[in-house]
Amino acid sequence: MHGSGIPIWFFIGVLLVTYGLMILGYGVYEWHTGSYPPLVELTNLHTPVWWGGLLTALGVLYVVKFRPGRVR
Amino acid sequence: MSFLKAPASPALLAFSAAPLAHLRSLDIAVIAIYFAMVIWIGFYLKGRSNTGEEFFMAGREMTAWIAGLSFVSANLGSLELMGWAGSAYQYGILATHWYWVGAIPAMLFLGLVMMPFYYVCKTHSVPGYLNLRYGEHARVLAAISFATEMILMSGVNMFAMAVVMKVVLGWSMTFSIVVSACAVTLYVALGGLRSAIFNEVLQFVLIWGGALLVPILGLIQAGGVDGLKRQIIANMHSDSYFHLWRDTAHFADNPMGVHWTGIVFGLGFAISFGYWCTDFLVVQRVLAAHNLRAARMAPIIGSFFKMAVPFIVILPGLLGLVLLQNPDGSRMQLIPQDTWKACVPMSSDCAPLLKQTSLSPAVQKDVLNQKEGPQSDLHSYNEVLPLMMVRYLGPGLLGLGITALIAGFMSGMAGNVSAFSTVWTYDLYKPLINKKGTDNHYVMVGRLSIVFGVLVSIGAGYLVQRSHGIMDYVQALFSIFIAPLLATILLGMFWKRATRIAGFLGLLSGIIFSASLFEWVHLYPAKLAYVALSPDAKPMAENVFRALWACLFTAIVIFVVSMFTKPRPVAELEGLVYGVTPLPKEEPVPFYKNVWLWATLAVCIFAALNILFW
Repeated sequence: MHGSGIPIWFFIGVLLVTYGLMILGYGVYEWHTGSYPPLVELTNLHTPVWWGGLLTALGVLYVVKFRPGRVR
Repeated sequence: MSFLKAPASPALLAFSAAPLAHLRSLDIAVIAIYFAMVIWIGFYLKGRSNTGEEFFMAGREMTAWIAGLSFVSANLGSLELMGWAGSAYQYGILATHWYWVGAIPAMLFLGLVMMPFYYVCKTHSVPGYLNLRYGEHARVLAAISFATEMILMSGVNMFAMAVVMKVVLGWSMTFSIVVSACAVTLYVALGGLRSAIFNEVLQFVLIWGGALLVPILGLIQAGGVDGLKRQIIANMHSDSYFHLWRDTAHFADNPMGVHWTGIVFGLGFAISFGYWCTDFLVVQRVLAAHNLRAARMAPIIGSFFKMAVPFIVILPGLLGLVLLQNPDGSRMQLIPQDTWKACVPMSSDCAPLLKQTSLSPAVQKDVLNQKEGPQSDLHSYNEVLPLMMVRYLGPGLLGLGITALIAGFMSGMAGNVSAFSTVWTYDLYKPLINKKGTDNHYVMVGRLSIVFGVLVSIGAGYLVQRSHGIMDYVQALFSIFIAPLLATILLGMFWKRATRIAGFLGLLSGIIFSASLFEWVHLYPAKLAYVALSPDAKPMAENVFRALWACLFTAIVIFVVSMFTKPRPVAELEGLVYGVTPLPKEEPVPFYKNVWLWATLAVCIFAALNILFW
């Protein structure tokens, strides 16, 4: 957002990191224990791991780049 | 936005089916975090929404990216996502016209041609522009129509979303309505348009984060695009599901029952330009840009994302055609909304409607006898997206997918109520009720109107649901109003001879004409052949041709009346009409920030996509 205050991209980054870590954490647990949800297809691709990782990485990028107080 | 939404509303889903999915604690946590975040944003922005300019126009300090994403997001409601995914299942890639030819040219026109006028005259709203150009009567007519539409559409969408949550998750409807309405009211009433835009950008990211996995995983399972095509042709015995234009030379040649002239002139001009260039819901987002260059760039940025939306909406619908399976492994066949409604729970209309579907006689018999079987669990076209989500998304990811649907709903509703608040305060309350209020007073009126608007929306939603006949009218409101408004604004903006009285009479008679055409076909369905110029035309064709005729009718009325009435002095039209408005010179920018460069790129991609899927 233009002007002072916390940029919207920072909020987005925080949310993506939070969601990414939650999903990644579950994905790792699922992979480790082998307890996949019934009726869900393509569990062999371990989607929560790579999608959660992707969300986390994207979120970290936004949090760092748009953190409050950073001189741009 | 009924114009840009699939014809069948998920609001008509019946209530007795078993939920499609069961959320786990991780999913609930994902959804709860989302609600906490949007409400917190509302509280955070409250301190920056104290003046009228801040509350209603977000301080006019949005960057091009934020205004552009918000511009697209306000239109990306969850019902739109689900409705068009269902249309893709039903009609194939033809549904993509509503995202490409039905959006991109208009978005670029708004950015390149119309935005300077909106921006230079510093209007708060589209009815505000009508006031400057045509006078008070045209403004009040447009404002009343717009405010009524916003409230009714918001109510219908809120109710429809609650029904979707009931069907997909088994949630109580009252719970869904209360929670979502409270959240939207809180963050918009606290932070005004700034908060609505802020959250729309957040919601846009969530929609992609939650919905993008479905087409990716679906394509992997279908064997890529080639595998998808091969299986659809094998299942449906037709390759017209992959062609945008090839089968539109005759109404009878395509499943949508439309003709290319209707798509190009009705959808691509009357509907699309009417919606994207004159509907205040979306234009308001761009008006909040911090300078003219950002205001022009915002719709162009939005156009790139709009072109990409079919990947998360249309593609899942097509994938559903080949991937969805019944518990016994057979291909699941979804049915039209009205059939589903007639059969779940069972009514006397079920049998005749069921015969028109592609379900096998054995399955039809099971359904009619209400016999439990692997294929007797009926689902409608509009459920294709949630069904695909349930198929691929496990705990956490499903919560994110559901959050994407909720975010889509909330961004649409926030758009409705924030636009309503501005139009109510500046175009109705201020000129008609209290002209001498202070800025603080109008901000307070704006906040209260949001609470009032949401309460009326809830009431309107329940009322409409109880009287099914009204639903058709509510859904047609946009289509009835938007095409006459387009003709009125275009002639006002580009023809200095258009007079005040001509603008008002043109708009009024155009709305009456459009409503009459709708009512004519509503009462006598066979008359569709006259409106759409073919006995083979289907309801989708009526929408596009009615808009075209209404637009032409309005233009003719404005032209004729203008020729017989005294035009305004040219000096009065400065800042309002093309040719007599000195446009501000933009500061030199590097070539990669030039709006024409990006618009040209958007045109090239748009053309390439249409040729690729010809």
